[in-house]
Amino acid sequence: MDSQIKGVSTGTTILAVTFNGGVIIGSDSRASIGGSYVSSKTINKLIQVHDRIFCCIAGSLADAQAVTKAAKFQISFHSIQMESPPLVKAAASVLKELCYNNKEELQAGFITAGWDRKKGPQVYTVALGGMLLSQPFTIGGSGSTYIYGYADAKYKPDMSKEECLQFATNALALAMGRDNVSGGVAHLVVITEEGVEHMVIPGDKLPKFHDE
Amino acid sequence: MALSNVLEIPTSGFNFENVARNVALEGLLEGGHTKTPKPMKTGTTIAGLVCKEGVVLGADTRATSGEVVADKMCAKIHYISPNIYCCGAGTAADTEKTTDLLSSNLTIFSMDSGRNPRVVMAVNILQDMLFRYRGQIGASLILGGVDCNGNHLYTVGPYGSIDNVPYLAMGSGDLAALGILEDRFKPNMEMEEAKELVRDAIHSGIMSDLGSGNNIDICVITKQGVDYIRPYQESEYKDKRQKRYKYGPGTTSILTEKIIPLELEVVQETVQRMDTA
Repeated sequence: MDSQIKGVSTGTTILAVTFNGGVIIGSDSRASIGGSYVSSKTINKLIQVHDRIFCCIAGSLADAQAVTKAAKFQISFHSIQMESPPLVKAAASVLKELCYNNKEELQAGFITAGWDRKKGPQVYTVALGGMLLSQPFTIGGSGSTYIYGYADAKYKPDMSKEECLQFATNALALAMGRDNVSGGVAHLVVITEEGVEHMVIPGDKLPKFHDE
Repeated sequence: MALSNVLEIPTSGFNFENVARNVALEGLLEGGHTKTPKPMKTGTTIAGLVCKEGVVLGADTRATSGEVVADKMCAKIHYISPNIYCCGAGTAADTEKTTDLLSSNLTIFSMDSGRNPRVVMAVNILQDMLFRYRGQIGASLILGGVDCNGNHLYTVGPYGSIDNVPYLAMGSGDLAALGILEDRFKPNMEMEEAKELVRDAIHSGIMSDLGSGNNIDICVITKQGVDYIRPYQESEYKDKRQKRYKYGPGTTSILTEKIIPLELEVVQETVQRMDTA
């Protein structure tokens, strides 16, 4: 899929995991062109679309940036009209509408994660064609194929924040170790009712596994 | 309201009209084995970096048309606003027109709003426009400037992707220039060191890339103002052209001379009076 993306692509590993009281969203930081040239080692794939809602991007960088720009505006407008913070589902639906209605021309997928007062921490996947799915945790991007086994085996519902951080970091490290178009640093954002915490783990501080 | 797009009112959502048109065009051209033009990296090395006092941009000055050097002193660093300049790689016409359009829009915006434009605003306008044209505008741009929020350097790709970076190189000579930048870049460099580093990066592009060459232009943007040094360094390989091809009398020697008088008979003579008052 990556080699067919024109321009800069975020061949990537992205994930979002709910834990007891919040949600952790994470990504790598590599952007590539044509699967062989790393055009950026420090691209930001975690876009804040509202105070407690983030989304991570995969696919064509240009398409993803344009969609999140339009989505940010629409979510902000919706929030002002409703005079209350938007629901995570609303944010995910905005992305879904944009992806589905323009599915012929766009090549971008998203994971939306956040916290709202109605349902607490949530994770939504918006796939390439515009499918919207709610899950307790999800992984995406080209690097995700290498960690399905790890994620399925190691995920437990209702983890603590530290356990969840360890799970997300390990998953990203494993994927970045095997996928050539994922790499750079690991970005992690912890979203809870209290606020948003952004962590960056440089490549050499990531957990090491066998043969590394 | 002071709008950033003076010529067209922005509509919400996406406008993919050009995609249908492009598909139809490609269908028409397919029969003649012609494809729609792809964004070309037409021989350029451009680079930029953020230093302590501002932003330094650099470019070579060669413009190529296929295998021929079309312009030996072309200006690749374009003016956007008094505090923002933009280097362009890719199709020369596209970079020229795009930066021109951006500059016009920002000038009118400055007058309407009474504020100096910010670099992020310029970047957003470029991104919106290039994304709308789906990569058909072959412009890879390095946007650098100083505004109330600090010193900024952005890359804008032909498909509309952007990235905020501390140092950058683009064009066909980008890999050579990037090597130099990766080796010697440090955050918060002094101005002279920064200028030398950008010069070295462009020089490396000129030496290692066939499409880049001739002179090196440098543009330094600081809070105090802009220093556009053109050329910062002239090419070592200059030829001496005569440029005057007038031949004095006696250049071609006369070997023989033959004169034949023509004998003419007057057959008819008419006189017409003309009034020349």
